[in-house]
Amino acid sequence: MSGTGGKGHLSAIALVAPLFLFIAVFFLWPLGTMMSQAVSDTAVLRILPQTAKVAASWDPETPPTAEMKDALAADLRAADDRQAVGDMTRRLNSAQPGFRTLMSRTTRALRKDDAPPLSEIDERWDDPRFWQAITGALSPTTDRYLLAAVDLERDVSGNIVAMPEEASANRDIMIRTFWIGALVTLACLAIGFPYAMLIASTEGWKRQLLLGAVLLPLWTSLLVRTAAWFIILQDNGLINAVITGLGISSEPLALIFNRTGVVIAMTHVLLPLMVLPIYSVLISIPGNLMPAAASLGANPLRAFVRVLLPLSLRGVASGSLLVFMTAIGYYITPALIGGAGDQMISSVIAFYATGSANWGMAGALGIVLLVVTLLLYAVYGRLSAAEERRS
Amino acid sequence: MSELRIRFDRVTKCFGSLCVVDDLELDIAKGEFVSLLGPSGSGKTTLLMMLAGFERPTKGRILVDGAVVDTTPTYKRDMGVVFQNYALFPHMSVGDNIAFPLQMRGVGKAEIAERVARALDMVQLSALADRWPAQLSGGQQQRVALARALVFEPRVVLMDEPLGALDKNLREQMQLDIRALHNRLGLTIVFVTHDQSEALTMSDRIAVFNKGKIEQIGTPREIYDHPQTRFVANFIGETNLLEGTVAGRSADGLRVRLANGAELTASASDNYTPGENVLVSIRPERIRLDALHGGDNQFTAKVADSVYQGNHLRIQLDEQAHDFVIHLDRKAEQHAPGADVTARFQPDDCWVIRP
Repeated sequence: MSGTGGKGHLSAIALVAPLFLFIAVFFLWPLGTMMSQAVSDTAVLRILPQTAKVAASWDPETPPTAEMKDALAADLRAADDRQAVGDMTRRLNSAQPGFRTLMSRTTRALRKDDAPPLSEIDERWDDPRFWQAITGALSPTTDRYLLAAVDLERDVSGNIVAMPEEASANRDIMIRTFWIGALVTLACLAIGFPYAMLIASTEGWKRQLLLGAVLLPLWTSLLVRTAAWFIILQDNGLINAVITGLGISSEPLALIFNRTGVVIAMTHVLLPLMVLPIYSVLISIPGNLMPAAASLGANPLRAFVRVLLPLSLRGVASGSLLVFMTAIGYYITPALIGGAGDQMISSVIAFYATGSANWGMAGALGIVLLVVTLLLYAVYGRLSAAEERRS
Repeated sequence: MSELRIRFDRVTKCFGSLCVVDDLELDIAKGEFVSLLGPSGSGKTTLLMMLAGFERPTKGRILVDGAVVDTTPTYKRDMGVVFQNYALFPHMSVGDNIAFPLQMRGVGKAEIAERVARALDMVQLSALADRWPAQLSGGQQQRVALARALVFEPRVVLMDEPLGALDKNLREQMQLDIRALHNRLGLTIVFVTHDQSEALTMSDRIAVFNKGKIEQIGTPREIYDHPQTRFVANFIGETNLLEGTVAGRSADGLRVRLANGAELTASASDNYTPGENVLVSIRPERIRLDALHGGDNQFTAKVADSVYQGNHLRIQLDEQAHDFVIHLDRKAEQHAPGADVTARFQPDDCWVIRP
């Protein structure tokens, strides 16, 4: 390509341009929008520009001034986008409960031509706490979503403090997400490593068959696989029918709507991501190393621990990383197979995004997930770079 | 030398219906260097794999020091194996590779360090103990593999074409080095190769394999000078094979009448009866070209081709002399194609083989 000079260069760019365009429009742009949602906070500022100007000089410890009340009344009269007003109200209500009723009463009163001053519409307008909520929400950027994503908030004086325990459970859900991710990764490793060894030790049609068996789930829709587990795991499903039929247990085992079911189903779905990297590393290990270890006096277990395992660690690391990173983003499987205590962070994100239209919280939780994933990836990159230097 | 170390007792190994080792018997004495020589697929590597414990015989027994080892797993057999591609552990340094068999045997740390140092010294790699195998040349990796197979002083050292991947000069140097180690340490070595000159250089005895059976076993000199089958005569070195029938005996040896009616005198080990069909093997370097001499064991012929090959001159004669190939001293006069010559050879240098 270098020989053809600028022309070849241009056609190379033209060839990859669709890909870049696709990534930019359908990945980078939405990602950037979501992330900016997490820190942007213009719902209040958009509706209350005059209030913002006047309140800039207000001391939050003192009662609200008359100019501020007038500015607010003027702003609310000027606001004609009802949805934007709704957004603002929701935003203020989340900072100071009571704003919803206060706002609806106030806007209704202001619609009349001879509206009374704000303090007469509702005495809460004399309460500095409501004004603190407004001034606190006037800045166009905020860290409150990001803090809330990890159960932190700012108190009145602006210090970062832990949220009251009953207010939010994000941190618990986050820990639960990583815990389920770790369990699934371990289960995949426990099943996937021996299976990858089995595939690597076979040849011909047997290898094709074993590879096909592990690839088959990848070719089936995630929803179908999850639904299948739903059928298999339920109280009168296949597994429990066998267990009670054989008399192993008189009661059906609780396999669904709990952690066990979630881990089983997610392990099945994610197993290929563990098996394939390990398998590809295993087949690259020269076939005579294990016989060599045996001839040097290593029994099968020690040969495995000293030779095969260290040499396949690269595959184990990339497989575990793939499984873990995919697992912590899981949504459908825990939603269908898990109980209330098994919902993962994605379902919280989905709740904020589609359930309560709180794009800021959805974006902030997404950022936390993204940061954790990138951190893990950086650690992996470090490790594999260190290994490459050796050979 | 006479103490028996290894015995293959009617060993057969079949994969499905294909038997790669067929009812084979072979004894190897303590301290002996035995080469298993043969073309690929002749069963020599399979035999080695069975001795190492990687394969089980289908029939028969293998005895080491008088005990049957067929059910003994490889890691308990105490045999050092040098593999074709060295099989060094890529994630361990050179020193750790050599320490591995000692660690497996629970040798103390101080002793391991001392023995590893000695083993490295033995193969002249003391400076490279901390390198990774990937940083070594092929010859150096070969030496590490050798040190690793010898450091735990195994009862037997098995080598599976260990020099196949080296270039010619290095290979010849390693042949002499391994030979010297064998002599110095009194090792029992079973060496698999398909390179006949390698086997001739290194071995006390050579077992020539063909189709799962041993065609002939003997010292390099016996194998080369007195092959017992057409296969051995052809496989070891280059030779001229003439078909004929036994005509009778003379004072010098066996009289053989060739297809074109000519007769020659050859040496033979067995008793051959007159009229029996035989082959006569004459090595190219034992044939001279000079003036007509009288008597038999000579043919007049024309030179068909003449090639200078560095250390010798390779001359091919025409059909009057049975397309003989002759190796002459490189300083001998050039014989141009078409030149009239007489090929002459001693009865001692003609060896009779049953076809």
